[in-house]
Amino acid sequence: MYEEIYIKYSPEQENLISILHDIQDSHPQHYISEEAIREVSEYLRIPVSHIQGVLTFYTMYSTRPRGKYIIRLCESPPCFLAGSEKILAILLRVLGVKLGETTGDGLFTLELCACLGVCGNAPVMMISDTVYGDLNEEKIISIIEKYQGGQA
Amino acid sequence: MKFYRMTVLIGIDDQSLKAGAREIEALLNQELNRSQLTDEVNVLEAGSLGFFGTGVTLMVYPGQVTYVNVKLEDIPEIVEEHFLKGRQVSRLTMKPSLTRGYDFNYRRRIVLDNSGLINPEDIEEYIGTGGYEAWEKALLEMKPGEIVEEVKQSGLRGRGGAGFPTGLKWSFTAPLEADQKYFVINADEGEPGTFKDRLIMEGDPHKLLEGLMISCYAVGATKAYIYIRGEYSLCIERLRQAIEQAHEYGLLGKNIFDSGFNLDIEIKVGAGAYVCGEETALIESMEGKRGQPRSKPPFPGVKGAWQKPTVVNNVETIANIPAILRNGAEWFQGFGTDKCTGTKVYTILGDVMMPGLCEVDMGTTLRTIIEQYGGGVKNNRKFKAALVGGAAGVFLPNSLLDVKMDYNNLREYSAVLGSGAILVMNEDADMVDMLWSVIRFFRHESCGKCTPCAKGNELLFEIINEVRQGRGREEDLQEMVRISEAMQQTSFCALGQSLLMPIKSAVDNFRQDFLKRMK
Repeated sequence: MYEEIYIKYSPEQENLISILHDIQDSHPQHYISEEAIREVSEYLRIPVSHIQGVLTFYTMYSTRPRGKYIIRLCESPPCFLAGSEKILAILLRVLGVKLGETTGDGLFTLELCACLGVCGNAPVMMISDTVYGDLNEEKIISIIEKYQGGQA
Repeated sequence: MKFYRMTVLIGIDDQSLKAGAREIEALLNQELNRSQLTDEVNVLEAGSLGFFGTGVTLMVYPGQVTYVNVKLEDIPEIVEEHFLKGRQVSRLTMKPSLTRGYDFNYRRRIVLDNSGLINPEDIEEYIGTGGYEAWEKALLEMKPGEIVEEVKQSGLRGRGGAGFPTGLKWSFTAPLEADQKYFVINADEGEPGTFKDRLIMEGDPHKLLEGLMISCYAVGATKAYIYIRGEYSLCIERLRQAIEQAHEYGLLGKNIFDSGFNLDIEIKVGAGAYVCGEETALIESMEGKRGQPRSKPPFPGVKGAWQKPTVVNNVETIANIPAILRNGAEWFQGFGTDKCTGTKVYTILGDVMMPGLCEVDMGTTLRTIIEQYGGGVKNNRKFKAALVGGAAGVFLPNSLLDVKMDYNNLREYSAVLGSGAILVMNEDADMVDMLWSVIRFFRHESCGKCTPCAKGNELLFEIINEVRQGRGREEDLQEMVRISEAMQQTSFCALGQSLLMPIKSAVDNFRQDFLKRMK
């Protein structure tokens, strides 16, 4: 099922993290299913338990289906100082979800993350691969609307 | 080579790309073409120009005129007025109050000397600045042992945080006989507030590659990895491209410059774990495992990746190597202090006028960095504290603003230089909240391998929560220090050992903030 990904990587354990990244990126719901874990286990000839362990260790992976866009709000000290708690409250309200949940339309999943290294523009969030900084309510609403309108 | 009347640098980084830098660049070229200025005005893509929160930034030479927050509709005006008629569009230039006297310190830059000035995606531009000369010299004129000796002489120390002498680290691995040795660049920059390595990799990726090539030859490693955190997508892209270009130019691969030396560089992408910045955890992660630290000894220099001798160095450390080889150890000693030579890249953020970065001599005071390079505390507020060195850093009060910052000197004040992040807080900041945020970070990032760190973080978080909610007692402050001291003595790796510093410095220097919450 993941032949296109396997072509890029030899079946060795050192490629596990890259393979998991690619599998997750290729899934429209940005997660790694149990079925995928079993497949990778066969390809790399390493136990399912090892893959589960790796998968749950790193914050970028998810074992649950997520939205089309993953919003990751930084909560590290520099963003905290710049008001990330307020930004979180705004996001929760605007999206109408709880932390870690996905919006009803399947578009957004809201997560927290550690420093993204863009602290010059704190508070910062990342949607998919794009970083948005200097956040305020107005900006957040316009960014979310843009994604809802499918322009992102 | 072609000469132009004017050169326009367009800063390409994560922020400017989001603000439409590519579209603006395209329109700029189109407008120049329309005004028949393409032979006179040269548009170059550079890495970050060093400003933040300024959208798309253009810097025009001669004159270093800086246009900020440039929008598409501004381009025809800039082309017509400035490039054609020679009149600056003053409504778009950076406020004089910000640029007056602002000094990028290019004269004293070593690792960022090209950043913002050359196109990082073009190897020719790097070569044009003298790039890869040091690699050629190393490979054709020097013995590996001489390089290790030169680096030792230079006094270069690891820029990742611990400040361990680089040449000494290499000297443990260089003489070992092994069928395979590895060199690993730690680009898993995760210390909160730190983005210096990102700017080095985005702004001058070939410098890191050249440094890495020389380092590999010095210790006898024929395979190198750059371990980059997964969130740094532009760095990953630029380094992949740079590696490809280096192969095309015969700087990498088999029998480089007919010297008989082979070298390959591969990029490994992380998946989000702060602890992977610890070198043995990073190696575990590279091998496709959970990023949990290993027991030391054996040290990675003897038994590292796949049990082979492996040197792990930080991006900034290795970006110093080409200049050291080109100019010599003595030249490098001309920077910094007696015990800490060279420069340091700092990221300045928080309540300052101009968040951003600077590269200055080791030993520069906190005051100079904040006032001169950060533009001072913003909105006329008073300085209260600076968290220096990231979450694993120290809350420094006003009284230490004039301490010369280097690895040795700060230690006398129970402080560390760490990664070089400087988070400035004004008088409105509350240290209880800040410390809460720091402890929350460590609690989340603790890898769970050893009990002192896993359990200690939980305990600390419980206590700081109580204090924050007004249910704390004065004894709790001593208890937090006691727990973090125990963690420092017994934790498996630097992560658990790090909490003592932020906790002790916050409690000692800003005790009033804590007591206020207890009334």
